[in-house]
Amino acid sequence: MYSEKVMEHFSNPYNAGVIENADGIGEVGNPVCGDMMAFYIKVKDDKLADVKFKTFGCVAAIAVSNIVSEMAKGKTLQEAKSITKKTVANALDGLPKEKMHCSNLGAKALAEAIKDYEKKKYG
Amino acid sequence: MKSLDMKNVYMDHASATPVREEVIEAMLPYFDRHFGNPSTVYDMGSKVKQVIEEHRAKVAKLISAKSQEIIFTSSGAEANNLAVKGVALSLQKKGRHIIISAIEHHSVLNSARFLERMDFEVTFLPVDEYGLVDSGRLSRAIRSDTILVSIMHANNEIGTIQPISELSAICREKGVLFHTDAVASVGNIPVDVNALNVDLLSLSGVSIGAPKGIGALYFRNNLRLMPLIHGGIQESGRRGGTENVPYIVGLGKASVLAVEELFDKMNHLEKLRSLIISGVRERIEHVKLTGHPDKRLPGHASFCIEAIEGEALIYMLNQHGIYSNTGSACASKALKTSPVLVAIGTPPDLAQGSIVFTMDSSNKIEEIEYVMEKLCLVVEKLRSLSPLWRSKEGI
Repeated sequence: MYSEKVMEHFSNPYNAGVIENADGIGEVGNPVCGDMMAFYIKVKDDKLADVKFKTFGCVAAIAVSNIVSEMAKGKTLQEAKSITKKTVANALDGLPKEKMHCSNLGAKALAEAIKDYEKKKYG
Repeated sequence: MKSLDMKNVYMDHASATPVREEVIEAMLPYFDRHFGNPSTVYDMGSKVKQVIEEHRAKVAKLISAKSQEIIFTSSGAEANNLAVKGVALSLQKKGRHIIISAIEHHSVLNSARFLERMDFEVTFLPVDEYGLVDSGRLSRAIRSDTILVSIMHANNEIGTIQPISELSAICREKGVLFHTDAVASVGNIPVDVNALNVDLLSLSGVSIGAPKGIGALYFRNNLRLMPLIHGGIQESGRRGGTENVPYIVGLGKASVLAVEELFDKMNHLEKLRSLIISGVRERIEHVKLTGHPDKRLPGHASFCIEAIEGEALIYMLNQHGIYSNTGSACASKALKTSPVLVAIGTPPDLAQGSIVFTMDSSNKIEEIEYVMEKLCLVVEKLRSLSPLWRSKEGI
């Protein structure tokens, strides 16, 4: 059902964790609907110096979280904002149709974390 | 303890069981050597007809029924369809109301929903937190136009065994037919149609070491049943189509083995079940046992584990060669929580962490130890990823 790439990121979600004193935090989803993701970012010189996450959810949700953090690291905030559900699914060599929307929340969680950072910085 | 090197620990016997060697052997001659059509009159056919009847008697014996009360079907699902729709269609002049429980298998549930579209009325009986149907509630739900009550014997997802004889007695007194889906219970606990006092009972080969693709429906005496498959006079006119002889032989053989082995199997499975339930209680915190603690199938252990999701859990156990099941919404194509977990009042977030282990005689104590070790490991790993677990620790 899942691609090898999905299984790789699910089996070894190396970016999982929490950043203490994160510059921005984004939380999306809720446990009642199935998946919940929290993204933590550290920003330096307008770039994402570090990205970590915590995820409650299925195989797809965990793989999505890890690859989004991987895709975002080192990117400028502007570049990171261009990550979408579609680019995430492509990077994972595809996701099952029914998982495209409910579990593919990583890009949204990251965008929320960036928004949180910008709000704190610019008010 | 040194980790055992186990490649395959199969813990999903409610989904399928391996076909027994003895069963395969018994079936083989009926593919090519004795292939005659049982409806023909010459030796090659009539002898096969006789074989079918011998095996019908074996299946009947498994549930203490009479031979002529057994219809062979293609599956447990077909038996359930035939019971619910067959009775409803043949008794529709008497009444158009049927009652089923909220935790029935999809084949009963969707047969009832089909009847709703045909202008029948269906009452879905709620269950308590353990999945038990209340006899008082059933009694109050029965109306003058009620023609059938269908309540499963044991539930495949939570293992709970219903007090069928108590429920069927109410129906008998009010003159309402009672059907029970015994697919999950046959071969795992004693199933006797007289003790259960039921009018119809479904069973399947898939749960007793016969192949997929064969089941049977018990119907009391000469009960009228509208066939779903119209055809010749096979199966006393209640199901058309040339009989699936090798599979009927397989079901018969598996039935004989199930009778012989039942009590040893139950003893063994109860040991495994208590090992797994006590192991989970001792070693994993924030876990709920689903289903009834005592009134449950001997080889059935099911839980909801807080702060993690079942599909991820199944895949990680799979990576350790352990095969189990879940009622999590994320694992279903429709992305809906199992109706059974909803019916017993499981909160949606907790239901996500559902895991079901169903065992058979072939499972060994060492396998359970291995499963416990890996389950602890995997739960810890998934919880370390979960934002819900962080809040549980109170940080």
